[in-house]
Amino acid sequence: MQRHFDVDLEALRSTLLEMGGIAEDMIGHAVKVLTERDESFADQVQEMEKRVNALHIEIDDRCLKLIALHQPAAGDLRLIAAAIKINSDLERIGDQAVNIAETATYLCHLPRIKLGDIPRMVELAAGMTKDSLDAFSRRDVELAREVIGRDDEEDQLKSETFNELLALMQSDASTIQRAMDIILIARNLERIADHATNIAEDVIFMVLGKDIRHGAERRESPEAAQQ
Amino acid sequence: MVKTLAMPPQYIPDSSPQGSPGGASQAVTLEVRHLKAGYGTTPVLRDVNIKFYDTKVTAIIGPSGCGKSTMIRCLNRMHEITPGASVEGEVLLEGKSILALDPVELRRHVGMVFQRPNPFPSMSIFDNVASGLVLNGARNRPLIAERVEDSLRKAALWDEVKDKLRQPGMSLSGGQQQRLCIARALAVEPRVLLMDEPCSALDPIATARIEELMLGLKNNLTIIIVTHNMQQAARVSDYTAFMLTGELVEFTQTQQIFTKPSDKRTEDYITGRFG
Ligand SMILES: Nc1ncnc2c1ncn2[C@@H]1O[C@H](COP(=O)(O)OP(=O)(O)OP(=O)(O)O)[C@@H](O)[C@H]1O
Ligand SMILES: [Mg+2]
Repeated sequence: MQRHFDVDLEALRSTLLEMGGIAEDMIGHAVKVLTERDESFADQVQEMEKRVNALHIEIDDRCLKLIALHQPAAGDLRLIAAAIKINSDLERIGDQAVNIAETATYLCHLPRIKLGDIPRMVELAAGMTKDSLDAFSRRDVELAREVIGRDDEEDQLKSETFNELLALMQSDASTIQRAMDIILIARNLERIADHATNIAEDVIFMVLGKDIRHGAERRESPEAAQQ
Repeated sequence: MVKTLAMPPQYIPDSSPQGSPGGASQAVTLEVRHLKAGYGTTPVLRDVNIKFYDTKVTAIIGPSGCGKSTMIRCLNRMHEITPGASVEGEVLLEGKSILALDPVELRRHVGMVFQRPNPFPSMSIFDNVASGLVLNGARNRPLIAERVEDSLRKAALWDEVKDKLRQPGMSLSGGQQQRLCIARALAVEPRVLLMDEPCSALDPIATARIEELMLGLKNNLTIIIVTHNMQQAARVSDYTAFMLTGELVEFTQTQQIFTKPSDKRTEDYITGRFG
């Protein structure tokens, strides 16, 4: 039986994917401020953030209405629950992109500094965001698990970046301002990867009904629960 | 054993065999084994296996005609009263075959509340509730009066009727009549209360009262409710059984069935994709 409700759910999914697309673009543009030293990209990030904020509210509103009017269950309920969470992660990804764009704008006015692992961190964070959204769109559990697996590398790169820049600041005090900015950006990128990981976890919950957050998957078997 | 008891509910494996969602740690009041039932040559129930647990509410859901009413009517041997009805298999009440019990005695242990409130039309409110006791041989008036009050209180009706116990049962509103029928069933202290769509003729407030009532009553009862209202099943029951064309498709914790049913047919039914 065709349900009118399916049309609403489909609209919810596509609005969320639209928002995801903008969040991805925001990361791309924010990074260009840094790599191409072109401030004009920062203005575009600001513009895109307005749209993301509007969608943030719109999606929450839709989800609440769907719950109130349809009392969804099972797969429908899990889709809406996942949408609410993914919505908030995407909004936070947008915020992190705005932070990167702002920090990078300061850096545009300062002498160049070595970016070290930042390009690789960008590649990872942006790739994880994109793939988590693809996993949502295709209900692809394998891809979602793979995204989650990539988060460790991002954390590692962030720590290394911290250490390298700390050493740089100690050896050359003139780099302190710029090195601090790069550290901030590394931190923003790491947070983006965390949000992408959350999205991937929500996809797995949505598809399988399994909560894998905080190692819950390992605790799932009764034997493991005893330990 | 200890291991099962120590596990919080979410760790109960969902791979338990058909008919036993709760693991081994709970007392089974009613057990249905290989139940087949029909009318004339038409089979309705095809090999149903299910257990109903003490102090739990079990909801039975499924599309019209799937055999829900037939099943619960087998549980207190009302099915066999229908001319041409056939029944095979076993129903055990606390381990004993219900065929070993006298049907009147059985129905004292396994009470039933129907879709349309059906107070005895010629009887007062008091006599409606007392009827089961009298039928079962009670003669002591003060004791009967005590039990009637107690049952009306349990059915959350006492305050509304205590000043008019001699008025006809039929003079009450639909929701009150339904609670009167519940009081009547409770008066004989059943082990199991069967409810076949008990709220479908009631407004939302009367429905909410019955639901509250069920949650309070289950502490020393096994309640089995047939309902077409999915939200009602979700609100009141601990376990939910989904039936389709005379078969038990899925039987598990209610929370599980409404968030993550394991059978596609269950999902289609509870999300309204069915048909
Ligand atoms: N007295 C009867 N004689 C013959 N067939 C019957 C009788 N009662 C029920 N049936 C048939 O048995 C099947 C199951 O009926 P039953 O009343 O158990 O379904 P149900 O699941 O309770 O449906 P509903 O949700 O509509 O109450 C139906 O096909 C029905 O037509
Ligand atoms: Mg019925």
